[in-house]
Amino acid sequence: MLIECPWCGGREEQEFHYGGQAHVPYPAAPAELSDAQWSEYLFFRDNPKGRFAERWVHSAGCRRWFNALRDTASNSFIRVCAPGEPLEGYR
Amino acid sequence: MIEAEHPAHLWRNPEPKRSYEVVIIGGGGHGLSTAYYLAAHHGITGIAVLEKGWLAGGNMARNTTIIRSNYLWDGSAGLYEHALQLWEGLSEELDYDILFSQRGVLNLAHSLQDVRDSVRRVEANRLNGVDAEWLEPEEVAEVCPIVNVSDAVRYPVLGATYQPRAGIAKHDHVAWAFARAADALGVDLIQNCEVTGLEVSGGQVTGVSTSLGLLAARRVAICAAGHSAVIAATAGLRLPVQTHPLQALVSELLEPVHPCVVMSNAVHVYVSQAHKGELVMGAGIDSYNSYVQRGSFHLIERQMAAALELFPIFARARVLRTWAGIVDVCPDASPVIGPTPIDGLYVNCGWGTGGFKATPAVGDVLAHTIAHGEPHPLAQPFGLERFESGALIDEHGAAAVAH
Repeated sequence: MLIECPWCGGREEQEFHYGGQAHVPYPAAPAELSDAQWSEYLFFRDNPKGRFAERWVHSAGCRRWFNALRDTASNSFIRVCAPGEPLEGYR
Repeated sequence: MIEAEHPAHLWRNPEPKRSYEVVIIGGGGHGLSTAYYLAAHHGITGIAVLEKGWLAGGNMARNTTIIRSNYLWDGSAGLYEHALQLWEGLSEELDYDILFSQRGVLNLAHSLQDVRDSVRRVEANRLNGVDAEWLEPEEVAEVCPIVNVSDAVRYPVLGATYQPRAGIAKHDHVAWAFARAADALGVDLIQNCEVTGLEVSGGQVTGVSTSLGLLAARRVAICAAGHSAVIAATAGLRLPVQTHPLQALVSELLEPVHPCVVMSNAVHVYVSQAHKGELVMGAGIDSYNSYVQRGSFHLIERQMAAALELFPIFARARVLRTWAGIVDVCPDASPVIGPTPIDGLYVNCGWGTGGFKATPAVGDVLAHTIAHGEPHPLAQPFGLERFESGALIDEHGAAAVAH
């Protein structure tokens, strides 16, 4: 795959590492979570066939993390953006 | 001109009935095996297996057919050793030669930590009644003369675990044998029938909607590998799996050169030679989530580099074909088998990179679970509840495939 780094432009997939689902915040009050909620945070992630908001890091380039919206049914990237920017079009 | 007659069909291709006792989603090895054991050992009638493509055309046609039971933890050893014992009698049970060849598996160790982990796993295997030995490098070379055990390589072979009863089988024959036997017992095998949703009413599964219309069912089992989460999601059920491509490849046909199965965690390739003569190789999953049956080329490149490091003799072999399957991976590299919070809905998923070897055991324990409404003792540790209780079954080491 060719991946568009927001800072470096299009590069070979080999320069990147995958970070899984984007926008999974650390629980605000972890001590207050039930076992079920903690399990959900640790082990359950979205796994859609279709649009998926995910994280990548350009580890062999600028070494910065970014978010991407990619279609897991075709592997095509819909857009990439720097962390903190809204990733519109997901759900 | 001589017109050849079509050989006898191994199964009917019936039209779906409107209502079934048990519907199994997925006509791969696990689904077919489950249908067979349900019909043969539990006397259940009114079973359908729904397959969106053709029987056994998904991961059953894409795996590297390695069968072994040398897993670390008690739960895994129980399940995989049960499978191995079923494999040993499967050709007779199904009256069909599945070409099971117990040629042994070597799991190579390349570092001091590898050696310690491997020796520990050998001892754990023995305590669980699984045949296992630790071999020194020269013994490795006796079992498999083409492995390079010289210390002049980047990651020298420091030894290996050896399970002599492990081996390979012919995946197509396995699927056909289960399909034929299930069909003979009255199971409807419905091909080209894609399940598009689970029907649930009052917390109880009532059927499935499919590309061939609505089918009622009292019990439904998901055996859909990489698509398990997609199907479960139609009933609002989340599964702790992520779907990835897993690639494999074969060489052109060669004379018999490789007598066993060799796997290496560290250099990271696994290789056997199929009955027909192809070298069959696999490695780790592609890192990203995907439902595309295709992976990235640099993984193949790395896998070839690993294969040549271990087997210099392969240098002039040519790759004939590469492909990928879509596998659903659990956080602990162990599967999920059991009931779900939805009554009558059972799930068998998360087999990730290693489901083929468990085919007969999955059928046996899942059929028991469906028939009795509670987990088979061997399936008990693999329930969904382990992700809440914390009783994970971490098999990343014995899975021998990077996740």
